[in-house]
Amino acid sequence: MSANATAAPATPAPAETKATTTADRPIRSGWLTIASKELSDHVLSSRFYVLLIVLGIAALIPLYFAAERIRSLAEGATGSPAVFLALFVIQPEGVDLGPINFTVNAFVAIAAPLLGVAFGFDAVNGERHQGTLPRLLSQPIHRDDVINGKFAAGLGAIALALAALLLFVVGFGMLRLGIGPSLEEVLRLLSWFGLTLLYVGLWLAFGTLLSVVIRRAATSALVGFGVWLFVALPIAGPLLAALLGQFLASGATTAADYYGTVQWVQRLLPGQLYGEASAALLTPGVTSVSSADLYKVATLPSNDTVLSFDQSLLIVWPHLVILFALMVGCFALAYARFMRQEVRA
Amino acid sequence: MTATPKGDRRVASKARARGRDRERRPIEDPNAPIITRRLTKRYGDFVAVDALDLEVHAGEIFGLLGQNGAGKTTTILMLLGLTEPSGGGARVVGLDPTRKPLEVKRHVGYLPDSVGFYDGMTGRENLRYTAKLNGLDRRAAAVKIDEVLEQVGMTERADTKVETYSRGMLQRLGIADALVKDPSVLILDEPTTAIDPIGVIEILDMLRGLVRDRGLAVLLSSHLLSQVQSVCDRVGIFAAGQMIGVGSVPQLAEQFGEESARIEVGFEDGGADARASIAKQLGEIPGVDEVIAPTQPGEAFVLVTKPDAARAVRQAALRNAASANLGLSSIRETVPSLDDIYRRAVRQAGLHTRRAAA
Repeated sequence: MSANATAAPATPAPAETKATTTADRPIRSGWLTIASKELSDHVLSSRFYVLLIVLGIAALIPLYFAAERIRSLAEGATGSPAVFLALFVIQPEGVDLGPINFTVNAFVAIAAPLLGVAFGFDAVNGERHQGTLPRLLSQPIHRDDVINGKFAAGLGAIALALAALLLFVVGFGMLRLGIGPSLEEVLRLLSWFGLTLLYVGLWLAFGTLLSVVIRRAATSALVGFGVWLFVALPIAGPLLAALLGQFLASGATTAADYYGTVQWVQRLLPGQLYGEASAALLTPGVTSVSSADLYKVATLPSNDTVLSFDQSLLIVWPHLVILFALMVGCFALAYARFMRQEVRA
Repeated sequence: MTATPKGDRRVASKARARGRDRERRPIEDPNAPIITRRLTKRYGDFVAVDALDLEVHAGEIFGLLGQNGAGKTTTILMLLGLTEPSGGGARVVGLDPTRKPLEVKRHVGYLPDSVGFYDGMTGRENLRYTAKLNGLDRRAAAVKIDEVLEQVGMTERADTKVETYSRGMLQRLGIADALVKDPSVLILDEPTTAIDPIGVIEILDMLRGLVRDRGLAVLLSSHLLSQVQSVCDRVGIFAAGQMIGVGSVPQLAEQFGEESARIEVGFEDGGADARASIAKQLGEIPGVDEVIAPTQPGEAFVLVTKPDAARAVRQAALRNAASANLGLSSIRETVPSLDDIYRRAVRQAGLHTRRAAA
């Protein structure tokens, strides 16, 4: 996306053009300027801190219970390859939230998309509302610099928030457990970070699309959060998807068929893809993402059935590709709509 | 814009297209900063700008005048390369805005209709962002920003947040913002709308000064005709997407003037009988077609004459007043205002004067 932004300013101005002070100097890619301004806006906004707190609380509560349980289990799990990662995926005893897993991982899966919607929903219509869009577009930048820069800034703000959260959990774990993550665990955490960023990026692209299509920021926020409630909360969309899957699978003759159909329907929601991939990345004991054994591994993994990091990455590769494709597709839609829109309202 | 009834303009433009295709205006000054030839914008069947020929020279203020929905903003957006023309072309600072929008936008300062700024930032920070987008480095930007803030008289308020600004201050900051890039062309869309009368005078004075000091070419659009009448060197009367008259205000007055001139003559009041006899006397002056006598004491008589007889009638009225020993209190020829010219031009062009939803 920077290719066109750098090429054009370098074109020499024709001879008949009056030379002014700014005429002959190539201008730094416009999207970078916009992104840096937007990022500083985001980071200084109260929105950023509110979301950081929401995300922090979402992670802190299950983290506390997980740490309690891990200590009691740790003696029996000496030599387990991923004790540290268990902080993210272990279920506390005696807490039952129905379809919601009471784990750091699951809570992040619910709360993180909020970041995406929150940083995207007013990207373009906010500029329109303030009357700054025509002024911005009359500067010597390409039109796509605006949407590219805003998307990049949103992604940057999200990465900051997620990194803060991740470091917080890791730090808490090191204090509480007295052990640090191994190299393999660090790699898994980093790839989980990347996966989460991708997933939230999809929501950011969706939020940006809303901001292009819907003229009022309040409306696009409502739509965005409505979709979030339905898609990301396990008691809504995912539950319906599971029920629908079970209905469609009712004729299945084998258990494999049955679970296969259910999962296929569930995977229509990107949250399912994220959940599967994140379970596989954080739990070496998850050896496949293709059937019902996926969510059974909620205890500490034993030594015999574990995957190495690269093998785990391999089984979630399709998930990563699809999430990436969804994000790009959603952004491309927003991009195309924005490029064709009239400048004024 | 979109609220305008579609049918009107389509029919009007078709009717006119026949006659107009013959005359293709030659370019007067090939180096003019803004030149358009047959510039056209259609939205489906609706013609927003219809084969517009326009030329704005360096060092002049050109007023693009027309009602809401006449196509002024669309024209401006095409000049900036922000909307693609459906036909014809434009050259701004010697470049085609559709093909080289970046170069054009580097040389053109633009004040949009109801300009907005980022509320949470100060005026200076907003300008700094613009400077950065124009590739000015930090130091050059700081110098430039101080300069333009001084020019628009916003130095004192530059470091308070924009959300505290009045509409007039936003407008000034908008002009400063357009000047930061050191443009050779300034395009102002409705610069005086929603500003109090004194603010309007200040802004127009400021514009005059800028043109004088920098030799800018200024294109400003407005629907408040009389307001910008004084500041424009030339105006273009724009209605339903068409330029129906171009020139200085006196030229246009001549072109679209009525077949009659009007002279106001005031006398010291001597009661209703005196008014009747004065009216009779005035009516006897050769060249006077009609006398409109006042009904209230203190009001002036209005003499309607042929335009070329105006001078003779004025002299005769003075002579008569002196010889009849009447107390003459005032005498002046009324100059048609731009509003009158506009109304007449639109009527002559056979175009509807519509009230477009603003």
